Amino acid sequence: MSKVSMTVNGKTVEREVEDRMLLVEFLREELNLTGTHVGCDTSQCGACVVHVDGKAVKSCTQLAVQASGCEVVTIEGLATGGDLHPMQAAFKENHGLQCGFCTPGMIMTAVDLVNRVGAGNLDEKTIRENLEGNICRCTGYHNIVRSIEAGAKAMA
Amino acid sequence: MGVEGIGARVLRKEDKRFITGKGRYTDDFKMAGMHYAAFVRSPHAHAKIRGIDKSAAEAMPGVVGVLDGKQLTGDGIGNLICGWMIHSKDGSPMNMGAWSAIATEHVRYVGDAAAVVVADTLENARAAAEAVVIDYEELPHVIRAVDALKDGAPQLHPEAKGNLIYDWEIGEKDATEQAIAGAAHVTEMEIVNNRLSPNPMEPRAALANYDEADDHFTLYTTSQNPHVARLVLSAFYQVAPEHKLRVIAPDVGGGFGSKIYIYPEEIVCLWASKRLGVPVKWTSDRTEAFLTDAHGRDHVSKARIGFDKDGKIVGFSIDTIANIGAYMSLFSSSVPTYLYATLLSGQYNIANIHCNVRTVYTNTAPVDAYRGAGRPEATYLVERIMETAAREMGMDPAELRRRNFVSEFPHQTPVIMCYDAGDYNATLDAALKAADYANIGKRKEEAKARGKLRGIGLSCYIEACGIAPSAAVGSLGAGVGLWESGEIRVNPVGTVEILTGSHSHGQGHETTFAQLVNERFGLPVDNVQVIHGDTDKVQFGMGTYGSRSGAVGMSALVKALDKVEAKAKKIAAHLMEADEGDIVIEDGEVKVAGTDRKLGWHEVCLAAYTGHNLPQGMEPGLKETAFYDPTNFTFPAGTYVCEVEVDPETGKTEVIQFVAADDFGVIVNPMIVEGQVHGGITQGIGQALLENVIYDDNGQLLTASYMDYAMPRADDVPSYKLSTHETVCPGNPMGMKGCGEAGAIGSPPALINAITDAIGNNNLTMPATPARVWALINGK
Repeated sequence: MSKVSMTVNGKTVEREVEDRMLLVEFLREELNLTGTHVGCDTSQCGACVVHVDGKAVKSCTQLAVQASGCEVVTIEGLATGGDLHPMQAAFKENHGLQCGFCTPGMIMTAVDLVNRVGAGNLDEKTIRENLEGNICRCTGYHNIVRSIEAGAKAMA
Repeated sequence: MGVEGIGARVLRKEDKRFITGKGRYTDDFKMAGMHYAAFVRSPHAHAKIRGIDKSAAEAMPGVVGVLDGKQLTGDGIGNLICGWMIHSKDGSPMNMGAWSAIATEHVRYVGDAAAVVVADTLENARAAAEAVVIDYEELPHVIRAVDALKDGAPQLHPEAKGNLIYDWEIGEKDATEQAIAGAAHVTEMEIVNNRLSPNPMEPRAALANYDEADDHFTLYTTSQNPHVARLVLSAFYQVAPEHKLRVIAPDVGGGFGSKIYIYPEEIVCLWASKRLGVPVKWTSDRTEAFLTDAHGRDHVSKARIGFDKDGKIVGFSIDTIANIGAYMSLFSSSVPTYLYATLLSGQYNIANIHCNVRTVYTNTAPVDAYRGAGRPEATYLVERIMETAAREMGMDPAELRRRNFVSEFPHQTPVIMCYDAGDYNATLDAALKAADYANIGKRKEEAKARGKLRGIGLSCYIEACGIAPSAAVGSLGAGVGLWESGEIRVNPVGTVEILTGSHSHGQGHETTFAQLVNERFGLPVDNVQVIHGDTDKVQFGMGTYGSRSGAVGMSALVKALDKVEAKAKKIAAHLMEADEGDIVIEDGEVKVAGTDRKLGWHEVCLAAYTGHNLPQGMEPGLKETAFYDPTNFTFPAGTYVCEVEVDPETGKTEVIQFVAADDFGVIVNPMIVEGQVHGGITQGIGQALLENVIYDDNGQLLTASYMDYAMPRADDVPSYKLSTHETVCPGNPMGMKGCGEAGAIGSPPALINAITDAIGNNNLTMPATPARVWALINGK
């Protein structure tokens, strides 16, 4: 067992956890932040993407202890106050989700993408290539691309 | 009527919880004292269980039970069933082998459940599952359906001699053979429809709790049809009588057919919860999903089609072998028969069709309906052979199709279906125009100059949705009726609750169903709540699959709304001393036509509930229920055009453009319909280019992760060009046809036809991997 301490969505949390506990399990089971999902076991689907110290991370691929001391933001922490993050709003306005299961990971990846690449540099090809690590089975990606284009503009 | 009514692009009411991480999927639920199940699964394709040594596992930390199939059957839990009886052409009923939720004596595919461990944590359950020692005696196995039919093939079930479940036919064999014999041109093809894994992004899960005090079970599960789940769990598996079992399908992360069926794991969680006295949760990991979720497709067919000298089809003969896997899943028998062969007439006027289907057991995961279910297999066959025939005859593939289109309705095909409405030229014309089909020659030249091979392919699909008239499917062997129920509950303040037996797992029912109320009464959709997925709340329903929630589910709501409207008008007429026939309800007001007399909708609703001043003899309240049984299938149809560019150096295919022109009848929310088409086409492109379930010769599943099974990613597909062209469906009150499966049905042949056009070789099998395409280009 190890003691971990991190900031999750702006709140400091401390827990004793098993060394083998994944960050996604920590978020889901210890903190009840069930918006972060597990869709595979090979770090392929991206349903579990969160931000760790400002960067998109597949939380199924990192141990909770590795995130100790870090600042973690999950989908639950993306909106500020009552206001949706512009990327969240863009997914709704552009019908960028259907069943909603991949959506948290998609949105967290999209926000990171805009932060990394810059809203002005996001053409369709770049968006599609950067979604390589996020699988959606419902939307065919068409409206996810539209959502990210719109969300990027709104974030600029 | 209202701005949020039929035809409006209303943004989805359900989105907020999903985009903020507040969706509630089965694995998100916890119960006090909850324990976790881990299944011990067969590593062998076929084996006899000689013995199970549980001692080490039982001694491990946190373990409360290690249970096997003999204990399960000993407690009276029944075998899994297939709910659709098919008779062979000799009249004999299908040969169904026994399927216990946990194997008792034999395991029959890799992943078959052989035992289950329940422990206090998931880690402890999994560790103990590893410690269960099962003494297997390996038996010979068979993986491919064609091999299973051979003399001397390993036998899976004593009930199915020669592994044959049924040998079924439809249509007139002799007439078809005579017509083909007299044809001016005959095209023959052997066509394989590759095995797929549905892969909703949310893996299956179950959380079961037995309340001893009330002798009552609760099951949270990833189901497309919780009421059917409860019925089957009660009536066939004897888990509990229906009134002692509540099934909740909360937010469900996609289904695509794979969450229709009742699987062993739900049964085991319920049973184990009672036997062990703890709530039991099981959540599939992705590898388990690949191993045990029902697969789709897996047909091998030989087809011959004959044309007269004018290019008119005279006869079409098909011989299909369908792989059903190791056990018969809930609707598996219907997929290669009534959901498949009845669509082999395509959009065409064909006088003679005969199809023979042999469905066989193999040592692979069960195969059942996956998005489209039989109709993609039919469409792929029809549209590949039409395109190939046109090329062989030197005709424009679009022209050949046009010459054979059904143009008068109703049209009775020789394979049961009676098409009620459509305009196949309209969708063909629209698709060709949008794709700039006329100038493909120039684009081919331009690509050739760059060393690339460009090709274009068509697919004119038809499907049957709105599943289905209960008496009709009953006569064809279905064990259930396929109506739907709906309830409209108007509250005293005028807000509305819709209770529906349909289930939304991505389709947006919470929005589109609310749009019906806006259309009818002018109430904002925010004043309407859609309630579904809980057997304690909704009386009964048949669930969501087969693109039925619009044509059947909404039709039930329309009927219930009719009753609510009639009663509200009676009350309003009484209150305003007007004639009932003069009452109109619009924009949230109840008015006397031609006067300035009116009441707020909420005033009429409140009057219904106070009961102070109602018409003589009227019951208080404003709540109505309706059951709707469709009168016919619905027949969405359209044309898809795909243009590709193949790199001859690598065999890699790039989809340059994909055009869809669909006729879905009346559309409630175009935004949601487009989303359904986008997703469906992408799954079809996945089948055609990327996806393939592969078992090796030992029966091991090679494609059991996203590292090995190629799911379509964002950079594998283009943006799509869509249009819709409405002919009103006469079979239901709203004129709807359904849109959920069309994309997956229509797209694979368009894409393969495009590649075969590009490379000049019709002999291509899905998925069109670079290796396969390169081999054909290079004559390997």
